[in-house]
Amino acid sequence: MKMDMSQYLDVFLEESKEHLESLNQKLLELEKHSQDISVLNEIFRAAHTLKGMSSTMGFEDLADLTHHMENVLSDLKEGILEVNSQVIDMLFQCFDRLQLIIDQIESGGSGAIDNSALIALLENVKSGNVQFGVSADPAIEKPDTYTSVNAENISDETYSFEFNEYDIAVLKEAASKNFKIYYIKLAVEKNCLMKAVRAFMVFKALEEDSEIIKSIPEVQEIEEGKFDEYFALFAISSGELEDIEKRLNNISEINMQTIKEIDINTIQTEKMSAYEETPAEIKDNTTENTDQKKYHKVKQTVRVDIDRLDSLMNLVGELVMHKGRLEQIGASTKIGELNETIEQIDRISTDLQSVVMKVRMVPVEQVFNRFPRMVRDLAKDLNKEVDFLMEGKETELDRTVIDEIGDPLVHLLRNAIDHAIESPQERMRAGKSQKGTVMLRARHEGNNVYIEVEDDGAGINVKRVLEKGVDKGLITAKEAEQMNIDDAVNLLFSSGFSTALNVTDVSGRGVGLDVVKTKIESLSGEIFVDSRPGKGTRFRIKLPLTLAIIQALMISIRDEIYAIPLGSVDETTMIKNHDIKMVQNQEVIVLRGNVLPLFRLSMLLEIPGGEITNEDEMYVVVVRKAERQIGLVVDTLIGQQEIVIKSLGKILSGIPGIAGAIVAGDGYVRLIIDIATLF
Amino acid sequence: MNNITKTAEDSYVQEEIQVVAFRLGKEEYAVDILNVQEINRLLTITRVPRAAKHIEGVVNLRGNIIPIINLHTRFNLEAAGDQEDKRIIVFQFEDIKTGIIVDEVSEVLSLKKKDIEETGNVYNSITADLIRGIARVDDRLFLLLDILKILE
Repeated sequence: MKMDMSQYLDVFLEESKEHLESLNQKLLELEKHSQDISVLNEIFRAAHTLKGMSSTMGFEDLADLTHHMENVLSDLKEGILEVNSQVIDMLFQCFDRLQLIIDQIESGGSGAIDNSALIALLENVKSGNVQFGVSADPAIEKPDTYTSVNAENISDETYSFEFNEYDIAVLKEAASKNFKIYYIKLAVEKNCLMKAVRAFMVFKALEEDSEIIKSIPEVQEIEEGKFDEYFALFAISSGELEDIEKRLNNISEINMQTIKEIDINTIQTEKMSAYEETPAEIKDNTTENTDQKKYHKVKQTVRVDIDRLDSLMNLVGELVMHKGRLEQIGASTKIGELNETIEQIDRISTDLQSVVMKVRMVPVEQVFNRFPRMVRDLAKDLNKEVDFLMEGKETELDRTVIDEIGDPLVHLLRNAIDHAIESPQERMRAGKSQKGTVMLRARHEGNNVYIEVEDDGAGINVKRVLEKGVDKGLITAKEAEQMNIDDAVNLLFSSGFSTALNVTDVSGRGVGLDVVKTKIESLSGEIFVDSRPGKGTRFRIKLPLTLAIIQALMISIRDEIYAIPLGSVDETTMIKNHDIKMVQNQEVIVLRGNVLPLFRLSMLLEIPGGEITNEDEMYVVVVRKAERQIGLVVDTLIGQQEIVIKSLGKILSGIPGIAGAIVAGDGYVRLIIDIATLF
Repeated sequence: MNNITKTAEDSYVQEEIQVVAFRLGKEEYAVDILNVQEINRLLTITRVPRAAKHIEGVVNLRGNIIPIINLHTRFNLEAAGDQEDKRIIVFQFEDIKTGIIVDEVSEVLSLKKKDIEETGNVYNSITADLIRGIARVDDRLFLLLDILKILE
């Protein structure tokens, strides 16, 4: 019997990915605590589930590889094999292959990959065990303790059916037309992994000549696989009993318990005496045990298409925008009742906004979880010993940010392991512990999230950075001499810079921190670095909580109005013409002892309409780029406003200095200035 | 066999496309109506600093921000006609929406495919690849624009 599995493919893919992730995590744990049998058990269980699922879905290569893997795992469990780094490496290799196969299936492939080399490897490791290959599936031989107990309980179990009058009417009519009524009780094999699929096949088999009128549990629950081993059906059918029985028995992993014809007259509106009530406790009990693993995933959640969330966000955005307009009207008309209502709307829309925002938040865990494995492999490749610690995995960030933050972090972590952490010998010589530590931290602070990558390696070699900078023509030798440490370190972020002496596979291919920086800036974030020679380096990434709705300062220059994100604004001030001084052909002002370069926004934005006129008094917006303050001359300050960022679209993307656009309360489009790329 | 090819040819010759005809300066142009999403009166355009020259700016079209291309600059034409007659034609291609400013939208025409000539050397080379062909209807000449190329 061939049936369409495609509707289960999504579930399969999702679950197998989850299993694979937990396999990776647990194996890492096992590597650290090789004696921990409970971890091994969990690995075994996940692998077994994966195997069962893939063979149910007909992905033979996947099942085959997992099967061989399982054999090795079972030997580990029995103590026949020892957990050593060789075995673990090999298992990781298998996991990678599994990932590959699953990815292939996901992209529409058949999942057929030749794994013979890997399987040979597995057999090698397992060598000495003669029975290999013929031995039955080890997991089947080892029934989990609880299932055998349950089996006894369930075997006596019968179901009670309740018929309402409608059902009876249907049954009577069926009987009058010479249809037969069957009671069918079926059992699904205990280790069947996709019960829903089996049940579906049962329904399919019955469909030909029968109609199911009643079932326990409900049809929907059966279809979702929410039943124990048994389920029972009442069907009216034109077919013969033997025929149906044969058909149902042909379905693998399904066992026929009872099938009998029912006389319509024995059915009462109340309960059918023949099928007594099940003791409730037993049933609950079994549900809890057998299906614990399946059910724990069924949380009270709804999967929502991301597009719908985005359009919800857009709608809230427009609401906020019009609220702004309403506030303006309210302020000018001064009608008490109106203003009260506006205040209410303001409160509700603020709540609404924060709820929608929360819906879009995802814990950074999603990104972080793949790092331990990466760090481990990397450290191994480079012969370094690294302790990798993560903190604040539960910190939440906007979905759009999460999608983008992975690559920069990979880059920083690679850098830390490849460049920063010294080899064990060097570390010993420097009087540090042999093992280096790399920390990945995420934390929430105000309206920002900070992500830090910290290592206790050699720190940044400022001298080498400067030499390299001169080498690459980024700075002159003279500049290099005068440069302070901060500026020198920031050279790392210039494009085409890489300090690794030898180009390794891992990093140092010339695409370096400048890419990281560009990416972070495109997310409206900032990156800082501080480093102490011999002690370590810390990269700090500051990201806005969300990119969708922010506070901005509205300013105008001539006829044009722009928004500057409040996150980059330090203060606004008014200066007099004679406050402006010239330093090296650059206008500067002195603000409370600090010298700030002064730029005319009208020049930077090429605003048409004449040369710079020096009014006697000028407004200056002091903005911060990285950790430096800069003054921007504007005509007027309009005020602070909540703005909803919209993209300018593909055609206009990537214009330096423009972060996006907003639709202002008056319906006009205004542009948002991006301080990070303005200069 | 022969018959089939003949009908195919016939239908090609008979095939018509509908176009929106408009004026840029003194010249008449046309675009395939299937690419046109809507035609609007002139909206307030916000200039985008540092953008390419032929980008006039962006407008707010019912909450969507849409870039507006100025073909006058692109084709080096003088704008002509009444301010009142100016329109923005909004195109939609896949997920990109763009508008162009035209001096006047004149009509919707049906053109027979056989009436459309390849541009060849009629038009100067800089803009030739934006033109799909020239259609002659009575005494008038319409330059058929290739919207895809313009969006690039």
